[in-house]
Amino acid sequence: MGTAPASRDVTSYGMGLAAPLALFFLVFFVAPLLQLLWLSLHNDTAGLHWGLGQYLHFLTDPFSLSVLGSTLLLGAEVTLVCLVLGFPIAWLYQRVGPRLQTIIILIVLLPLLTSVVVRTFAWIVILGRQGIINATLQSLGIIDTPLRLLYTQFGVVIALAQVQMPLMTLPLITALGRIDPNLDDASCSLGAGSWRTFFRIVLPLSLPGVIAGCTLTYAAAITAFITQSLIGGGQMLFMPMYLYQQASTLQNWPFASAISIIFLLAVLAVVSVFTTLGRLSRGYGGA
Amino acid sequence: MADAQSGRSLVVDAVTHRYPSGALAVENINLDIKGGEIIALLGPSGCGKTTLLRIIAGFIAQSQGRIIIGDDIVDALPPNRRAVGIVFQNYALFPHLTVTENVGYGLAARGIDKATRQREAQRLLELVQLPSMAERLPRQLSGGQQQRVALARALAIKPSILLLDEPFAALDKNLRLDMQIEVKRLQRVSGITTLIVTHDQEEALSMADRVAVLSHGKLEQFGSPSDVYDRPQTLFVNTFVGSSNRMPGVVVSADRTAAKVRLDAGAEIVARPAGGTLSEGGRVTVCIRPEHLQFVSDETGFAGVVGMSLPLGATVVHEVTTADGSGVKVSQARIGETRALENGAAVRLAPLAPSLANAFPATL
Ligand SMILES: Nc1ncnc2c1ncn2[C@@H]1O[C@H](COP(=O)(O)OP(=O)(O)O)[C@@H](O)[C@H]1O
Ligand SMILES: [Mg+2]
Repeated sequence: MGTAPASRDVTSYGMGLAAPLALFFLVFFVAPLLQLLWLSLHNDTAGLHWGLGQYLHFLTDPFSLSVLGSTLLLGAEVTLVCLVLGFPIAWLYQRVGPRLQTIIILIVLLPLLTSVVVRTFAWIVILGRQGIINATLQSLGIIDTPLRLLYTQFGVVIALAQVQMPLMTLPLITALGRIDPNLDDASCSLGAGSWRTFFRIVLPLSLPGVIAGCTLTYAAAITAFITQSLIGGGQMLFMPMYLYQQASTLQNWPFASAISIIFLLAVLAVVSVFTTLGRLSRGYGGA
Repeated sequence: MADAQSGRSLVVDAVTHRYPSGALAVENINLDIKGGEIIALLGPSGCGKTTLLRIIAGFIAQSQGRIIIGDDIVDALPPNRRAVGIVFQNYALFPHLTVTENVGYGLAARGIDKATRQREAQRLLELVQLPSMAERLPRQLSGGQQQRVALARALAIKPSILLLDEPFAALDKNLRLDMQIEVKRLQRVSGITTLIVTHDQEEALSMADRVAVLSHGKLEQFGSPSDVYDRPQTLFVNTFVGSSNRMPGVVVSADRTAAKVRLDAGAEIVARPAGGTLSEGGRVTVCIRPEHLQFVSDETGFAGVVGMSLPLGATVVHEVTTADGSGVKVSQARIGETRALENGAAVRLAPLAPSLANAFPATL
């Protein structure tokens, strides 16, 4: 061993340094996950009979499937709203002076500096029957009876989009900032208008940021227990709340575990679609 | 490649630009550039070269003045409608597009079909001697190759004016010379009116038909390389273009063509009054280039003591300290056996000819 000093290179130290984190993950992430898997493979709440009954139940139960479906759809809607609203903000950020940049970044970061609970209650105040929107519309005479905004899919999407917006905007700002501003000018001087420049140059080059932002926003939106439950109320059921009910209220731990595992796999599937898109986009162009 | 767009004239008419921050970047610039000319915009960093280039390209709307290309005043046209080709200092190639797609980009923006684009891109890549790189991405090319692609991309839109912003600054010395020759060759072939921005005076003098020297946003001189080098109109041009010894003195007598100046270094010499007439008794700065000074054995010149001697290949540069304590550089051609000058030797120096010493009114 002493004859081969080259083998004791940097990596061996690197591995050693990673050990505490690896141990942490092992104890607090991998172990509970395995326990969850183990629990989900029992057909009864007492945990005596092995089997795939919980999974079969979920996958054949239209109600459970609809909860999964609406949760995944919710994520997609929130992600889309964040992307459509966040991209112009990020684009603007790269084109204004330093003072406006500070203001924009402050606006983007502000939600992160307040608790999710506070932000969600703010949305209740805004969206409620006597809330700001309804009060304004009524006083302007546009509507007679208050609109139902709270406890609707629309309300949940809007509130979640605001709550998760920084997760979209920050990667986009970073990605757009990496694009050489001369490329804009080069495209323009070659005769391209702003739309061509945007779709042929800016958008393709910002794709890594788009994909990172979408992945983060999506994952955060579908697991956002507090906002989903408070804005959605009793009428709307999404996976986190469904899971919570099964585990906490009904004490059906094996079924709750199966829900978790299925939810996890569904999220992983969606995230890997994003990642594959990202790899394709990098490949697009021949690399 | 004689197409109608090539070789249009470019007039910069009394252009002034002040940035919103208040910085006066260019001030009352007048340039009258003939079709097919190759012009160098020369000046130190921060003198407003890029600003002027961006005004011509249409990226900046000037505060005052006009830009005229051919017979058209283009001030109201956005950059994508000016038909001005630009090669950026960092090339600004589209990193996600292949070489062919980069070169064909401007044609695609004009709605030209793919087959024609590819044929045209291939023709241009042959012109810049890169035909085999068509399918590569920019990052798979060397700096010089990227620059050739940037050139081909700019030429593809058949621009009436070609602008190059410090195009060779990022290249190493040998490659720079290759690319300078290449650009000059392409310019000769295409006949495109070309404006090269540079802070490198050798580059400006070797490449351009005419050189515009800028300092602090003002045009100091606009003339042929020999005008700028041999007949500088301002002290700035004299010292920025080529190297020059600055020797203070007092005017003894002066007319329009010659001035007799008593140098502080202790001799009376005849100099050319550059940039206006001189008044008797006024203080002047006389500029003499190192290669225009010679050692003399009679009593005509001024005295000095030899310090360091640097052999620089074809020439030897001597540092000589004069009587007033200032140092001057003398460059001597190495013809056969040059007279060895020892450190501390007493010598006398004089300009080769009166027309080679330029006297400017002292500003301080
Ligand atoms: N966007 C800008 N805003 C304000 N001032 C600028 C801007 N760009 C350049 N300047 C100023 O204008 C002057 C000329 O700059 P520039 O044209 O870039 O010079 P050069 O290309 O010769 O180095 C400099 O003093 C610079 O600080
Ligand atoms: Mg510049």
